[in-house]
Amino acid sequence: MQSHVQTVDVLIIGGGTAGPMAAVKAKEANPELRVLLLEKANVKRSGAISMGMDGLNNAVIPGHATPEQYVKEITIANDGIVNQKTIMAYARNSFSMIEELDRWGVRFEKDETGDYAMRKVHHMGTYVLPMPEGHDIKRVLYRRLKRARVSITNRLVATRLLIAADGSVAGAMAFDCRTGDFHVIRAKAVILSTGAAGRLGLPASGYLFGTYENPTNAGDGYSMAYHAGAELSGIECFQINPLIKDYNGPACAYVTGPLGGYTANSKGARFIECDYWSGQMMMEFYRELQSGNGPVFLKLDHLADETISTIETILHTNERPSRGRFHKGRGTDYRKQMVEMHISEIGLCSGHSASGVWVNEHAETTVEGLYAAGDLACVPHNYMLGAFVYGKIAGESAAARCAGTPLADIDEIQVELEQARVSGPLSRADGLPPSQVEYKLRRMVNDYLQPPKVTRKMEIGLARFEEIRADLDRLIARDPHELMRALEVHAIRDCAELAARASLYRTESRWGLYHNRVDYPDRDDREWFVHVQVKKINGAMTCFKRPVDPYIINPDEHEISAYQQLRIHENAAVKTKTETDVAPV
Amino acid sequence: MPTAFTSASLPVRINEDLCIADKGCSVCVDVCPLDVLAIDLTKGKAYMKFDECWYCMPCEKDCPTGAVTVDIPYLLR
Repeated sequence: MQSHVQTVDVLIIGGGTAGPMAAVKAKEANPELRVLLLEKANVKRSGAISMGMDGLNNAVIPGHATPEQYVKEITIANDGIVNQKTIMAYARNSFSMIEELDRWGVRFEKDETGDYAMRKVHHMGTYVLPMPEGHDIKRVLYRRLKRARVSITNRLVATRLLIAADGSVAGAMAFDCRTGDFHVIRAKAVILSTGAAGRLGLPASGYLFGTYENPTNAGDGYSMAYHAGAELSGIECFQINPLIKDYNGPACAYVTGPLGGYTANSKGARFIECDYWSGQMMMEFYRELQSGNGPVFLKLDHLADETISTIETILHTNERPSRGRFHKGRGTDYRKQMVEMHISEIGLCSGHSASGVWVNEHAETTVEGLYAAGDLACVPHNYMLGAFVYGKIAGESAAARCAGTPLADIDEIQVELEQARVSGPLSRADGLPPSQVEYKLRRMVNDYLQPPKVTRKMEIGLARFEEIRADLDRLIARDPHELMRALEVHAIRDCAELAARASLYRTESRWGLYHNRVDYPDRDDREWFVHVQVKKINGAMTCFKRPVDPYIINPDEHEISAYQQLRIHENAAVKTKTETDVAPV
Repeated sequence: MPTAFTSASLPVRINEDLCIADKGCSVCVDVCPLDVLAIDLTKGKAYMKFDECWYCMPCEKDCPTGAVTVDIPYLLR
């Protein structure tokens, strides 16, 4: 294993959505800076939006929504546990980011007057902007990276951050998943933008890589931030999404909802008022799935043929383009049948829920010199546009830090320890294949952590994860590719333990299904109107409470419970059924 | 500990008549987020080496000759 050492000013780990934006903005802030974008795959097609995106879920556009309204909506959708300043920083920058992306060549839907064609999906405000031609977005980003002269390295897998004597970040260590070479990258500032922990739960299909999130996003960043001593927050607020059964694509809310599609039960009746993804919505989805009216379906068969063709064009060319192939294989036609849906495996992702690395409104983590942006950074319900906005904020913050900060010395002991950990699986002649350890670990995650959460089960889960910790020292890799899988198992195990400990700590139920604790069924604002933080303290994974900062925007009394009343009541459901039950199934 | 080679059906198919890896092309290998494709140097053709597919399709979309087809993995079909 050869070693390489290089020095930059700003190191960005993760070249998906937030990362390229951070790199461009750091370089624009100061073109003299050496900015390196480090990517595990290839920047051209990496991350959650490798095949584009079909819309913005949280566009705050003047005339349709205000930043204040948006902050209220997300505060309520996330059951009050938010740092409003971070959401406000997103909301205030949302529109200028859309305009900038528009200038860069990202195409958003516009009406005949040239205004953005906004759609209402959320419970209260109007924030959805379709991008029927959004498949090009990675290409647009790549062009900007080239223009800004950002350095890029592909196929480098970052494994640990380097910490200076004063506790600040000093760079990162990585290995090449093609050659196995070990890399030390010294930096004055590091931005983590490694995406969700998407390979945590096991999909119902049992296929390790059939996850909702891009499975390259194995939780590496959560693990790196944790071991660097950063606070993680809201980890117990899991990501769980409503998906097409057996296929990993979403279906309903943002694309089909505005065109008349909806989530229905087996009788074809609506049972939720609002398809915007939230824990409360997922709770109702789960209840219906488990009830005599289950399973749950996506209903489009009542729509006109041309509407369905429009939906197909969007869904089958963007984000998850193999969807059409999946339906064809099963003989499913949106015109003729409802499409069976199911809930996804669990994951950690602040882009969808709230589980992430704690950041303030400047994208600063609690570790000096370490920034986070995108799905990994705890800014609830931040989605793709939030990743861009926080990428920009992180890039500018990191660039500003470089001006007044000398390069920290590196600690050779950290480097030696990490090189030994990373090279371990390649040096062992005998041991456990990564795929088997991963399968068992993630099967245990399903067995013990998937909501509804039960105290005793999560305790057993923790004991199992501890046993698997010992198995990590027996992992073998035949080549650098398998080494990548082996090191990912380390990260997944860390995420499983984080998820269990944070969930056990919060002894109440909140966020609907995301943190539904059967033995603590009620929300308890007196004890638990706080953030739950997880941090490595003296080597131990430790949970503690962080108070919620005073709100800058107070939701009105009648708005607070809006997301608690998503279920359509019996009489209303019957009425809806007769209104819409026009198409034969 | 003894280990086994267990066979698995693979979702990515390469039409070797169309594949131009022998002319130096490696687009599908380059764009795969999971790095599961490789070039068989003896044949000069691309192939799927690891059964770790997200069926996301950059390999198929970006292939200049249309040699790559992504099927839904059998377990999900």
